[in-house]
Amino acid sequence: MKNVMSNKVAIALYVLPSLLLVLFLIYIPIALTGYYGLMDWDGVGQMKFIGLENYKELIHDKLFWESTWHSVLLALFSVLSLVGYLIVSLVLASKIKGANVFRKIYIIPMLMSSVAIAQLWIKIFDPMNGLINSLFMMLGVEDPPLWLADPNMALYSVFVPIVWQYAGFYIIIIYAALINVPQELIEAARIDGANAFQIAYKIKVPLISGVLKVLIILAVVGSLKYFDLIYVMTGGGPGHATEVMASYMYKEAFGKFNFGYGSAVGFGLLVISMGTTWVIQKLLNTNK
Amino acid sequence: MGVLYFILIVVAIVQLYPLVWLFQLSLKTNQEVFGMSPFALPKSPRWENYINAWFDGGISQYFFNSVWYTVVAVLLTLILASFVTFALTRMEWKLKGVVLALFMVAYMIPLHSTLIPLFNIYNKVNLIDNPISIILSYTTFNLPITIMILLGFYQSLPREIEEAAVIDGCSIHRIFFRITLPMTAPVLATTAIINMIYNWNEFVFVNTFISSEKWKTITVGVNNFVGQYLTDWGAIGATLIISILPILIVYLFLSDRIIEGLVAGSVKG
Repeated sequence: MKNVMSNKVAIALYVLPSLLLVLFLIYIPIALTGYYGLMDWDGVGQMKFIGLENYKELIHDKLFWESTWHSVLLALFSVLSLVGYLIVSLVLASKIKGANVFRKIYIIPMLMSSVAIAQLWIKIFDPMNGLINSLFMMLGVEDPPLWLADPNMALYSVFVPIVWQYAGFYIIIIYAALINVPQELIEAARIDGANAFQIAYKIKVPLISGVLKVLIILAVVGSLKYFDLIYVMTGGGPGHATEVMASYMYKEAFGKFNFGYGSAVGFGLLVISMGTTWVIQKLLNTNK
Repeated sequence: MGVLYFILIVVAIVQLYPLVWLFQLSLKTNQEVFGMSPFALPKSPRWENYINAWFDGGISQYFFNSVWYTVVAVLLTLILASFVTFALTRMEWKLKGVVLALFMVAYMIPLHSTLIPLFNIYNKVNLIDNPISIILSYTTFNLPITIMILLGFYQSLPREIEEAAVIDGCSIHRIFFRITLPMTAPVLATTAIINMIYNWNEFVFVNTFISSEKWKTITVGVNNFVGQYLTDWGAIGATLIISILPILIVYLFLSDRIIEGLVAGSVKG
């Protein structure tokens, strides 16, 4: 038994292809991102070593911090929407008939690409012929907002399709946790005279707090690296009103060919999202 | 009870109506889009929008590219992840813990931070504007989550059959291919679908590494197409519907399996 299962050649054969892929396409690039950040480089010509110049510039770069702030706002917004998702999940898990059908409908947006969602919502937000403003005008609002075109509204407007896209995902996970809450506990509380709200707040939610913590981490990490939908919908604009860390990095590197500075931004993105993950894990005291 | 249903139905409408609206849009003419209420049904459905998108929009080329990148990457990911998971859960070796940690941490790394070096690496080995760079990226970046889902399943699989096979003198490869791998068919189906959804919808790798039209996927192709024909809303609607249709059809038949996979994948992450 031991001999067969510790056959070194077989182990290497089974593990190495994947390990090499992950090393060469994830770990080495991550190290290179930090290294390229030390260079003045347009992506094609010679790299020129400039020490920490890019990183110094990054620290004083208002646009970088603005886009970081937008990413943080998205993270806060996503964590807040978890409350809404939790409420829907509680309703769904309250032994309601047809819960399965609702669950299946909710997840559908999650199956679409961010590109399709972005293009669809550009049309929904269209100031003249879009769904939202048509509804507003039907209700008698004369000057409905311009949504994506208005610098003060654009950031919050792009948050809406993000909440829409992930709603089903979070709901099914919370729902899966809720239906595993032991029925006896709920029955006991009911006999003691607790109402539905108390049962939810005092029994169900605390019992699934482990899953909720994981979801908070997922929401924060996902938000900090969020890119596709915003990039397609607004390209970070108008101005830089919807710029987030990843879109800023992408534009610096592949838009302006500042590969050195773009790498520094990419490294900043890595440090901020990994650092935040670590801090939140400590704060929530989970080992996930 | 009524209030509860009201909440669920409102959420269902919010989640579903934008798609219904998109479908209506895909069957309209521009006159209908701009002259009538956006809630109105198309007078006579313009199926030509689909035909135009498919042929004139070049969607067919993008569509088939997406199909083959997705299929190849899913197969590669599943076999490689199965190998690793088998080695991690069944074989005896010292560096197990380290290797598992490497895959777990890789799951947390934002892929955008790897993009510039990846571009440079692919450029140096002449894989820019080459489907291989896309398939390699899909495979690699899906490995961590796939391994995590498989791990849970492998740990719950009984070992007795494998042990009996070892005693009978079976080779390790025979055990893996003939016994273990077939037993994991249900979870392989789940992970295959999850991988398929990710690959089909992927945007940033193709947008960065591919420049020729003939290699672009439907996600990137649709985005460019819409960018070029900003004014024809019906055509845009039809294009978007075509781009999401394959996943929706798979979902129609296998929704439980997909939901199961999404739940398994996230809670372990």
